Amino acid sequence: MTVPTPESGPHKRVVLAEADIDRALTRIAHEILEANKGSRDLVLLGIPRRGFPLAQRLAQKIAAVDPAVDPDLITGQLDVTMYRDDLRRHPTRSPLATQLPPSGIDDKVVVLVDDVLYSGRTVRAALDALADLGRPRTVRLAVLVDRGHRELPIRADHVGKNLPTSSRERVRVHLAEIDLIGGSAVNEVVIEDRV
Amino acid sequence: MKHLLSTQDLSARNALRLLDVAEEMAAVGEREIKKLPALRGRTVVNLFFEDSTRTRISFEAAAKRLSADVINFAAKGSSVSKGESLKDTAQTLEAMSADAVVIRHPASGAPARLAASGWIDAAVVNAGDGTHEHPTQALLDAFTLRRHWAQVGGTASAGTDLTGMKVLIVGDVLHSRVARSNVWLLTTLGAEVLLAGPPTLLPVGVGAWPCTVFYNLDDALAERPDAVMMLRLQAERMNAAFFPSTREYSRRWGFDDGRLALLDTLGLDDTVIMHPGPMNRGLEISSAAADSPRSTVLAQVRNGVSVRMATLYLLLAGDPHDDTHDQHDDLTVLIPEGRTP
Amino acid sequence: MTTPASTPAAPTQYLIRGASLLGRDAGDLLLRDGVIAAVGSAAAGEASPDAAIIDAAGLVALPGMVDLHTHLREPGREDAETVETGSRAAALGGFTAIHAMANSSPVADTAGVVEQVYRLGLASGWVEVRPVGAVTVGLGGERLAELGAMAESRASVRVFSDDGICVSDPVLMRRALEYVKAFDGVIAQHAQEPRLTEGAQMNEGDVSAVLGLTGWPAVAEESIIARDVLLAQHVGSRLHVCHVSTAGSVEIIRWAKARGIHVTAEVTPHHLLLTDDLVRSYDPVYKVNPPLRTPDDVSALRAALADGTIDVVGTDHAPHPSEHKECEWAQAAMGMTGLETALSVVQHAMVETGLLDWEGFARVTSVTPARIGRLAHQGRPLAAGEPANLILVDPTARWTVDPSTMATKGRNSPFRGLELPGSVRATFFAGHATVLDGRLATPRPAALGATGEAPAWSI
Ligand SMILES: [Zn+2]
Repeated sequence: MTVPTPESGPHKRVVLAEADIDRALTRIAHEILEANKGSRDLVLLGIPRRGFPLAQRLAQKIAAVDPAVDPDLITGQLDVTMYRDDLRRHPTRSPLATQLPPSGIDDKVVVLVDDVLYSGRTVRAALDALADLGRPRTVRLAVLVDRGHRELPIRADHVGKNLPTSSRERVRVHLAEIDLIGGSAVNEVVIEDRV
Repeated sequence: MKHLLSTQDLSARNALRLLDVAEEMAAVGEREIKKLPALRGRTVVNLFFEDSTRTRISFEAAAKRLSADVINFAAKGSSVSKGESLKDTAQTLEAMSADAVVIRHPASGAPARLAASGWIDAAVVNAGDGTHEHPTQALLDAFTLRRHWAQVGGTASAGTDLTGMKVLIVGDVLHSRVARSNVWLLTTLGAEVLLAGPPTLLPVGVGAWPCTVFYNLDDALAERPDAVMMLRLQAERMNAAFFPSTREYSRRWGFDDGRLALLDTLGLDDTVIMHPGPMNRGLEISSAAADSPRSTVLAQVRNGVSVRMATLYLLLAGDPHDDTHDQHDDLTVLIPEGRTP
Repeated sequence: MTTPASTPAAPTQYLIRGASLLGRDAGDLLLRDGVIAAVGSAAAGEASPDAAIIDAAGLVALPGMVDLHTHLREPGREDAETVETGSRAAALGGFTAIHAMANSSPVADTAGVVEQVYRLGLASGWVEVRPVGAVTVGLGGERLAELGAMAESRASVRVFSDDGICVSDPVLMRRALEYVKAFDGVIAQHAQEPRLTEGAQMNEGDVSAVLGLTGWPAVAEESIIARDVLLAQHVGSRLHVCHVSTAGSVEIIRWAKARGIHVTAEVTPHHLLLTDDLVRSYDPVYKVNPPLRTPDDVSALRAALADGTIDVVGTDHAPHPSEHKECEWAQAAMGMTGLETALSVVQHAMVETGLLDWEGFARVTSVTPARIGRLAHQGRPLAAGEPANLILVDPTARWTVDPSTMATKGRNSPFRGLELPGSVRATFFAGHATVLDGRLATPRPAALGATGEAPAWSI
């Protein structure tokens, strides 16, 4: 699975290619439907920035299984910037928009979607942010990659790929909706050594 | 950005960033739970050497919505009015570990003095200093204008500036900190600014400002402004030979019913009327104008809280020892887990 | 340079070797018994064996500077300055005579107060201290003070001024100008139309418009000067204009001089160098009256000082306690210290720009101010038989201004942190070295304990 790419540095390897990501998302979509026993009350909230396109893709896949679902009406974005516990450790970050689906989140089954699960602190912030917005019936977590190294008692319900990493390494997710590499949209997950 | 002292030294990028953050804060203001934890444990002192309930409560609401602790220090009637110096007051606040000082002061430059003196380490926010500047008022005006302009253009306001907009500011520019802050900020954001007022109430040196100056309000309105901002006429100007009488002032430079009708005659359907408040109804603005659908007065008040939240957030939320963040253009990108630098 | 041993008795003779006299040829000077005993090749021969020898190679010898305009704050504000500390600062700055303005507390508007200041000066012994008498009682601008009594007092006042406040009443100004003719006095006017400057904080112009500080318009100075030169012409009196600060004032004075009016004018070192752009910091160390003006004004003032339209440099040395400057701009006191930086600033602004040579420097800092103040023994040529009031200056020195090390009590120097040229190495006051090696030496012993019997200049 290790495919060296031309623009990669000496210590960069692709761990998920485009087809791998697609397969993982298809599986997660099925798992979500299975766990929820259908699409009823489902809301997918992506955590900016790359959690949001992943949530959109998952919604598309759910709609493919259940034609009654309008993917736009079950997808939203949840910004967690102002709920982070490390704000003071970094230059000031500007918050991004939070957009909930028209049905809101009260009594819904909210699936938080993010690209990489690492320390768990982003998810902790997301749970706090969610509590200020409404009261879901259930909250689940779906991530494309779980790289380990948790610092909080948090686990994902749906994982695209478990990826054992060292903390020296950096996991990068590139999604075509956001990332242009060398002028072309790319879908891949790579591991780099920190410089 | 360590302090917010004036709009003259505010870059277009920082101004836009502040307005964009204010949009997100405004969205929070529409939720049921209007509170954010971002400034939990931080202390904001409202240090007011001048009475201004509306500005103080706006800052207080902003700080509280961000979960900061707020201390109101009204300098009137306190040790300050008994001769305690700004320096001693500042050092007292420093000893109380204030993280930000929001200062309103009758002396121009007092906030700049506080920020540069070394008496205090806190972030300083100018909440109006003498006849110098009132940067958060200009920011809330710009925010209001930007939303209006985006609505006219049928776009979203976030990320946009005021290019193509024509804003007319009318009245006592000489003594107005609101006018000064707006002239710099609105031109920085790409708007064209026109000034109209009696020559006695326009400063010597206004020729060097990036504005067109009119002595006749109707001539200025004929330039088809997209917004008309009426300045408050202070009572103490009325007996100092700046103009013959309030009646004459009102006739020549007040936004009266006739001028309200003139906007319709000119076909200026989208032109709004602004006022920083408090208004002298019947003097610089008629009741009909103040209460017309064109008036943005209440929106300005509402937007004030969002803009002040954004100000406090941007000054206080980040690493206080990291001065590099002004160089980061891409900080609107939240850094996801696993990629924290 | 040889420093005399720190014995109570200072040398009575100094042989200064190789000083460039007024910036021209090098020569020797012998100082003895308070006068210049010999100049040039004769000096060494006439020196007694115990004369202190000062190697002045590379130094410029100049007549001791004379300041028509200082605020020594005593009596009344001894926390800001005293005659003692102010005259120490003066000696270090290269002055041998200074005028102390009348705005003390009580105001120097009677023979009693001017004699008190005069005696304090004698007791200090660092420089000749000449009190300025107030024009009006209590600087109130309503009734003439007892100008004649002050003129005839032991202080022999010749310069009268309400400085700090303008004598704005035209009738009172006319009478004052007329009256002092009786004893060859001069009225030194602080030209500031009061109604045009109510609440004024800084120069009115582009910068004040941005800063929102109340303007002090040039016309407020120029209109008073225009009126006063016409009054001086009408009554045939001497008028001295303090601290001229605008290009327009220069034009009026030039016109008046061309008409033969007896007007003299003064400029401060700070108005020759600094502009109102500095006010953008809102640091009250730049707050002064009249205010710092524009670069065009600075250029006009320099040109006027060079061509003689402006006659003299006066420091307007105005020390203030730190709490009067560590505050908001509007609350801060007006004024800057200047005695210890004047020579360097004028060298920088006038000499190094080629506008004045050292002889011209001596004219504007010593010869002409002494003549205006009627100080017979100051501002004299460096010639045999003349009073030994002179200084040695190292024009190649460079130093960085640090107010905390100054002799004045005031820390309010606007030149703080600036690197300036020129350093006063020695000051001789009536033949006595008050400054040697750039440091304070001893006050003039003849004046120590004096009670007024022995005026410093009655050599
Ligand atoms: Zn003066």
